[in-house]
Amino acid sequence: MFEIFGIPSAALFGQLLIGLINGSFYALLSLGLAVIFGMLNVINFAHCAQYMMGAFAAFLLLNLTGLGYWTALIVAPILVGIFGIIIERSLLQWLYKLDHLYGLLLTFGLVLIIEGIARNYYGSAGLPYTVPESLQGGRNLGFMFLPNYRAWVIAASLGVCLATWFVIERTKLGSYLRAATENPTLVRAFGINVPLMITLTYGFGVALAAFAGVMAAPIYNVSPQMGSSLIIVVFAVVVIGGMGSILGAIVTGFGLGIIEGLTKVFFPEASNTVIFVIMAIVLLVRPAGLFGRRA
Amino acid sequence: MKRLLSLTALAVVLAAGSAQAQQLNVKIGVMSDMSSLYADIGGPGSVAAAKLAVADFTKANPNVKVDLISGDHQNKPDVGTQLANQWFDVDKVDMIIDIPNSGVALAVSQVASQKNKLFIVSGAAASDLTGPKCNANTIHWSYDTWMLANGTGAAMVKTGGDSWFFLTADYAFGHALERDTAAAVEANGGKVLGKVRHPLNTSDFSSFLLQAQSSKAKVIGLANAGGDTINSIKQAAEFGIVKGGQKLAGLLVFASDVNALGLQTAQGLTLTETWYWDANDNNRAWTKRWQAERNAAGKFPTMIHAGVYSGITHYLKARVALGGDPDGKAVTAKMKATPTEDALFGKGMIDETGRKRHDAYLFEVKKPSESKYPGDFYNLKATIPAKDAFRQPKDSGCSLVKS
Repeated sequence: MFEIFGIPSAALFGQLLIGLINGSFYALLSLGLAVIFGMLNVINFAHCAQYMMGAFAAFLLLNLTGLGYWTALIVAPILVGIFGIIIERSLLQWLYKLDHLYGLLLTFGLVLIIEGIARNYYGSAGLPYTVPESLQGGRNLGFMFLPNYRAWVIAASLGVCLATWFVIERTKLGSYLRAATENPTLVRAFGINVPLMITLTYGFGVALAAFAGVMAAPIYNVSPQMGSSLIIVVFAVVVIGGMGSILGAIVTGFGLGIIEGLTKVFFPEASNTVIFVIMAIVLLVRPAGLFGRRA
Repeated sequence: MKRLLSLTALAVVLAAGSAQAQQLNVKIGVMSDMSSLYADIGGPGSVAAAKLAVADFTKANPNVKVDLISGDHQNKPDVGTQLANQWFDVDKVDMIIDIPNSGVALAVSQVASQKNKLFIVSGAAASDLTGPKCNANTIHWSYDTWMLANGTGAAMVKTGGDSWFFLTADYAFGHALERDTAAAVEANGGKVLGKVRHPLNTSDFSSFLLQAQSSKAKVIGLANAGGDTINSIKQAAEFGIVKGGQKLAGLLVFASDVNALGLQTAQGLTLTETWYWDANDNNRAWTKRWQAERNAAGKFPTMIHAGVYSGITHYLKARVALGGDPDGKAVTAKMKATPTEDALFGKGMIDETGRKRHDAYLFEVKKPSESKYPGDFYNLKATIPAKDAFRQPKDSGCSLVKS
């Protein structure tokens, strides 16, 4: 057994893997943000509330209708996605022509309202939700104990990230979307319903947040403020990756998860600031982010 | 002539006033975390408890009029300090109660001392409040880190958990809890193998848990609170820490946290509290009233809520005994001189450091199969008598203790 900076290599591999798992959450959340920003030019601050709604929906589905984790994984994102579509149609669509700041303020206000409602009815301590029967337990990898649920988190998150990237960057639908962002008037002239596409994109981005919320419910505390503690980090991930860059969000999400994981070993007190230090450095060197294109 | 008339009138009014029982006006401020992670252990529940205390007391003493106001310190010491200054100076508040955040509580304690008012801590835990940072205007009511450490820490060492690893929240409260527990562990013959300090409000603990796991310590002490504790316990179960033979010691776990974890995950957890809603008929009856006042049928009051009720009751007793408008130090002295007694904590006293002393209870969280109704969380393992439950004044390092 060899050592790296006084840390046994086994422990280090374990921490790398854990970083990768956390990174998959960052990637999943920042992916939704990047899709929404890239296509709608809206900074969706409500992402954290929509993530929380996903977890709450999973809890409510289980306790009110008896639907378990696997059903919730499909149903909760659809329900929250529909909620997102209603928000987009009723509020957000009026703000596209205004400065980014208006969208940010509106969605921030939404966060306060949604979290306030959840806190009023369910309190701030949290709600119980357990790991589904089929994913309980884990396996010993030699250097660490890997819970089955965490393995599933990596697999599911990678799958969803790659599928989203593929649809937007490699399919015809994706090319319409990208074209509609560049020049909506011209795309409309070709007979494509641009407002509908934008609405559905927002709904999809919101559904991604809810999906991450359901994934988080068995391992993180399901409480109204569960998203707010994560959203700032996720925004930093999106900024480092380059606002609106899908590949950037995915790669930085996983990368920063690993860096944060290593910080937790070498200097735990700094683990919640390391990402912002990196963000500051990246913004100094490449203001558009690692994968961003200069405007 | 006119002047003489008005003087006579004044004299008549004064005479009439003293003939009746003297009217006493008191203003109390409940400062708590109303909207964030500690809002369930304190927050609106503390306001409900304060209302109950005032209602009960003014029913028996109709000449006392109590004004109750409440505010949110947002877990920020600067916000708490500013609010305390405003309450004492502008709103003429006589006493501030609660504050479930040690950082804010330590700051407000200074303000109360400077303005010579009174601060009753029910929510915060740091034992420094009656230790090196004590003052003659602060009383610490429900619990503190020394009592938690001594209760849970000593009990775990005695049952074989003699090597410890700490997961500590990186602020005043976590440091105090870790320090006091480490002292209790070592005093009982155990040893501390290591610790890791995590930022407040961390969502993923797997990295820290892995470090705790590889330390091979028999006990992993969770020197954190609220959402942090819930996340640590939930993920410890996931990583098979308890199944692997290591024990978890939740050093500060409230009934609301157990509810959030679910018994399936929380079962077997050892914890110390000074008040449990289901311990006796008095507590159960009070819980019903609290739920009605709080308008939350499925919620259960914590020891912080009970402490707010008990603290206000004792404070009002002292105010009635003193009469008039005494300063903070005089009320504190009177409260210390009078033994405490109320429906929730029974008989007790306040020692010279400002530490309220009552029994503490060592509980174990029930298995799901043992729990018969909602809120049926604990089995009582041991009762720690008031004289041992809290730190002895001579060991406190508090300047108020005369040697």
